[in-house]
Amino acid sequence: MNSSSNLINALFIFALAGFIGFEVIRRVSPLLHTPLMSLTNALDAIAVVGAIVLVGMHESRLSTIFGFIAVVAATSNIVGGFFITDRMLKMFKSSRPAANPADKSVTK
Amino acid sequence: MTALQVAIELLYLIASVLFIFSLKWMSSPTTARHGIWAGEIGMVLAIGGTLLNRGMSYHLIAIALVLGTIIGVPLGRVAMTAVPQRTALSHAFGALCVTLVGSAEFYLRSPDISRFMMSVLSLEVILGGLTVTGSLMAAGKLQEILPQRPLTYKGQNLVNFVLLAGAVVIAITLVLHPGERSLFPFMILIALAFGVLLIIPIGGADMPTVISLLNGYAGLSAAAMGFVLNNKLLIIAGALDGSSGLILSIIMSKAMNRSFTNVLFGAFGQVQTSAAAGEEAKPVRSATPEEAAAILSAANRVIVVPGYGMAVAQAQHKVRELYDALTKRGVDVRFAIHPVAGRMPGHMNVLLAEADIPYDRLIEMDEINGDFPQTDVALVIGANDVTNPAARSDTTSPIYGMPILDVDKSHTVMVIKRSMNPGFAGIDNPLYYLDNTLMLFGDAKAFVGSIVRELGGGHG
Repeated sequence: MNSSSNLINALFIFALAGFIGFEVIRRVSPLLHTPLMSLTNALDAIAVVGAIVLVGMHESRLSTIFGFIAVVAATSNIVGGFFITDRMLKMFKSSRPAANPADKSVTK
Repeated sequence: MTALQVAIELLYLIASVLFIFSLKWMSSPTTARHGIWAGEIGMVLAIGGTLLNRGMSYHLIAIALVLGTIIGVPLGRVAMTAVPQRTALSHAFGALCVTLVGSAEFYLRSPDISRFMMSVLSLEVILGGLTVTGSLMAAGKLQEILPQRPLTYKGQNLVNFVLLAGAVVIAITLVLHPGERSLFPFMILIALAFGVLLIIPIGGADMPTVISLLNGYAGLSAAAMGFVLNNKLLIIAGALDGSSGLILSIIMSKAMNRSFTNVLFGAFGQVQTSAAAGEEAKPVRSATPEEAAAILSAANRVIVVPGYGMAVAQAQHKVRELYDALTKRGVDVRFAIHPVAGRMPGHMNVLLAEADIPYDRLIEMDEINGDFPQTDVALVIGANDVTNPAARSDTTSPIYGMPILDVDKSHTVMVIKRSMNPGFAGIDNPLYYLDNTLMLFGDAKAFVGSIVRELGGGHG
């Protein structure tokens, strides 16, 4: 596959993912905006895959060093991000045990 | 494509789907924890798939993963009041990863880089670089290592513009001549300097907008990295994160009554010099904890309006005891949450949830504002500007037009406050001089504690 068709594919993916992101995030309850941000932070650290390849392939000393630091930084975001999001979400409790999750977003 | 490559791509595809579900499940607190599992499984699959690549040596990767975990665990254990600075710090880490990978890719591929690729790579490292230092500055301000006060100087916007223009000129040069390796570090340095200068003029009150915006930048730079590496999973994750940051910054800028272009150009947080002179001698009515307790226990409907001052005073657990004591007496107690009540989007909800206040009692501004006229008591704890009726009526007020909680429309307003000093933005609040307002002077935690004692509550 040549690079310009790769590029077009990538742009399609970016545009569609942007739309999905917009529609999905718009529906997130404002209650959960802080855990949302720590969760997207953890997901964003998927950039670690690029860094892992750099470290694993050892193509140059510089790329290995940069990649190593990048893996450390991203991993700390993955671990810390999921961990703190989970801690926060555990704290959200309803006063009515038989919870009514949908009514807030649907009724108004 | 070899079979192995296909397998890796399929794993990335599954991870992408799981990431989208992860965010979708965040729509409600009842499903949100599924979202974490989906995200974690997706992450494990993606990293696992990446490790399958041929020709990899694993020992350094393993060391880096372990080191990252060692750093990550304490970052996941910070106090809930420190979540905003933790979040800012993690934006910096994420952007650092992206910037380093982008730089490494440049040096590996240069001069054999197509024009398009070099443009995206420049975008990646410029956005990444400014997010690294910008987020570190924001974290420093939130942690109060750096002064929260906005630092402004003459020609600030011009300096910022010239810097950014410099980075763009270098980027264009590199696009045309990708072999000019010596220019690349300057582009990074300018981006790093720009990030510092971008956050310097921003005051503590604007941090919710800033964090959201940096979140968006971090996402966009990761998406750009996806283009450079032709990695679809990265493009998708970056686009999701970018749109999340963008939406949150729009919500925050609306809640602070700033236009979105205003936010984009970083011109927020200018020093607002308000004329606080002259009228200090206006009469206010104050009340003791006994009187406040009597009024609260006679009420049918109470709305508590918490602000960041409540969290600073560590009063949220006392507020929970007040909630319990009043609920036991049959009083309907709810909490009115302004979008910028905390130091980042949704922060106040987390602080109250930590104090075991049920989340269905936390009502956002638009939903609760219509209920104030039927409310017997609005109890304002550590909130100021978000209750200032001048934002509705006084066109000369610096916060005119900002959406507020209409506490002044309830039958009685009680405000717990240390003294009559104006709040964070230095704006006088006419709410305090209304006939239906009672000032409760004192420390939020101590005062709520005495009300609870009067109500015969105590713990449980």
